[in-house]
Amino acid sequence: MVFVDSYPKTSKLVRSEFLVSFIALGIGALFGVIQALHRTGVFRGFVSSADYYTILTGHGVLLALVFTTFFIAGLFTWAVASSLERELPQRIAWSAFWIMLTGTVLAAVSIIGGIVGSPSILGHDLEADVLFTFYAPMKAHPAFYIGAALIIVGSWVAGLAYFKSLWEWRSENPGERIPLQTFMVLTTMLMWYVSTIGVAVEVVAFLIPWSLGLIQNVDPLLTRTLFWYFGHPVVYFWLMPAYLVWYTILPKLAGGRLFSDPLARVVFVAFLLLSTPVGFHHQYTDPGIPSGYKFIAMTNTMFLLLPSLLTAFTVVASVEHGARQRGAKGYLSWLRNLPWGKPAFAGCMLAGLMFAAGGFSGMINAGMNINYLIHNTIWVPGHFHLTVGTAFALTAMAISYWLVPQITGKKLRQRTIATLQPYVWFVGMAVMSNAMHRAGLAGIPRRTAEPTYDEFAFEGVAGTVGEMRIQIAIGGFLLFVGAAMFLIVMADTLLARRGGTLSVNGTIPEPLSGADHSPRILDNYKLWTAIALLLIAIAYGPPLASMVADGLFAPGSPPIPV
Amino acid sequence: MQVHRFEKVWLGAAILLIVGFIATIAYGSVGVGVGMVDDTGGQISAEEVQNGNTGTQFDDPGVVKEDGQYVVYVVARQFQFSPGTGDTPIRVPAGENVTFKVTSADVVHGFSVVETNINTMVIPGQVSEVSARFNEPGTYGLICHEYCGAAHHTMGGSVEVVPPEEYDMQQENIDQSADDAQAQEEADQ
Repeated sequence: MVFVDSYPKTSKLVRSEFLVSFIALGIGALFGVIQALHRTGVFRGFVSSADYYTILTGHGVLLALVFTTFFIAGLFTWAVASSLERELPQRIAWSAFWIMLTGTVLAAVSIIGGIVGSPSILGHDLEADVLFTFYAPMKAHPAFYIGAALIIVGSWVAGLAYFKSLWEWRSENPGERIPLQTFMVLTTMLMWYVSTIGVAVEVVAFLIPWSLGLIQNVDPLLTRTLFWYFGHPVVYFWLMPAYLVWYTILPKLAGGRLFSDPLARVVFVAFLLLSTPVGFHHQYTDPGIPSGYKFIAMTNTMFLLLPSLLTAFTVVASVEHGARQRGAKGYLSWLRNLPWGKPAFAGCMLAGLMFAAGGFSGMINAGMNINYLIHNTIWVPGHFHLTVGTAFALTAMAISYWLVPQITGKKLRQRTIATLQPYVWFVGMAVMSNAMHRAGLAGIPRRTAEPTYDEFAFEGVAGTVGEMRIQIAIGGFLLFVGAAMFLIVMADTLLARRGGTLSVNGTIPEPLSGADHSPRILDNYKLWTAIALLLIAIAYGPPLASMVADGLFAPGSPPIPV
Repeated sequence: MQVHRFEKVWLGAAILLIVGFIATIAYGSVGVGVGMVDDTGGQISAEEVQNGNTGTQFDDPGVVKEDGQYVVYVVARQFQFSPGTGDTPIRVPAGENVTFKVTSADVVHGFSVVETNINTMVIPGQVSEVSARFNEPGTYGLICHEYCGAAHHTMGGSVEVVPPEEYDMQQENIDQSADDAQAQEEADQ
């Protein structure tokens, strides 16, 4: 029985969520290649350097917020429905979809307004080139902030649908362990609820009234701190769905099964506990924050390496088990016995491999002292293009090759393109990201249309700046080609007629060490959420209290239009 | 709960790595004394910085000597550092301890001296304080690394580090010319 036949209503929802995410991916990738060519000076004919920042804002918001959130909503909808074996509560789940879509349209319109000459709408210039981080006192059109808030509120409502499913399932299956995929989805959503409070307070309590002129001033440091309270957990909101795929689906694609269900649960609980009290590591170089608080955040950030290191072990062990099931021998030669020609498997594995490199550059970022070398240099985008841009994005694309046939009942089309696509992405990212990391060590800044100055020239530590520029341009172009290849496969598959039998199915084999071995306390969400909040209070209570001690809006800044 | 032997070994190694990282950084800040940007710069009103009536050295930014120490006051605004950009590079002597105090008159900026670890955010309402010693004379690039508006990419400048004897000479010249100007003014009256 294919998923679409068992759960036709939920399938329609997943298809709609994926469709929005794919459209965002296409536009975001186009903006990405424009930037790669512009800032490297290879071709600057698309936009002026002043409009570059509008394109950059669009790239960040469409890919890091819209593509991710909608894809995760689709993946989670599928995971909850298939692991609890029930249709999702339709009314809640669809309301979530429409709220998120409304928010997306509002944000997108306000960004695009900047390209078409910032017309005045409702007394404010329609523009939003404030980048993904929208630091006050730089001001966007109120529609941008309202749109961003709606995307997040929509994701909260989507979470309600998953929880409601669990409650219904619980009443029918008393005493049973929560299925692993649902456990992962709900732990991720709890982390998301806790961490988005920061950005919700920032946007709803401060930026929306301030952009509308209802309050005169906001404190730039306080709003920045609230942003980063959310700004690092959001990367775990991207990463944990990739982990869900790597833990529960990838072993099966390798021909094996998950090594340990209990350890997978421990890893997810660790993310719930540790994700939020780390945000200050983005503010190591901020004035106004005592270094003691930065040190506490640094300690938390370092411990957050633990669940990822455990994941590396469990996922590789599970894949190796799969290879040995297929007759592989030897310490490393088992790697040859894996299905590298299957796009879903190859994409997930290459994404995981890239994530290992991204994890190492992340350890540098987390270091309180060496962070000074690379803060706000192009090293940072080099790093997160390995994490969000590969660990998440490539996993999402790869698993779509496996999932889309199941939610449509249609066979995957354009198989040759699909088979090559993860490799194109991998090569493009390897070329672009390594050059970005090296350019960052040379001090070349991120977030700039033209990283060249009259007064001095950058010098590469290894390799020349010119060579790095060319690599970034070539890598960015290959990534655009990779995104286009993916979208061609998806468009052809979604538009095809149904017929024939699928070569994929949604059956997930039992783990080697099952849920029965895991302590019941792991399912105690109330306990974990309470500990998570306590850790946040320790990390954020005193610094936030000292920031608001002189008043919520002081030292304040009036809005400055971009 | 069943934990495989290899898992235990891996877990132990991972924790060791993490504790090791934390230990090196703790040693760096306590033992070696690697300074952090923190709250020592204090707060300031961004609007007063904008209007030039803070009543502090930020109203007339530049290099001053405070308690025998070189202190550089810098105001960042769209799209320049004063001093720092264009005809007014920041001039400091080599081999001396120099403290930079930087604040913003408008939006969030960055303040980074290329090839050094002087790298701080500049946030309206706050004063960033960073100390450094340049051992090598020469011209260092100065950039704003946080997006601050449509011409952000033009916000670059330089820090000129001169040998101490040369620096004193130039300072004396400046003082001398100031004295001359004053004498001239008095003579005019």
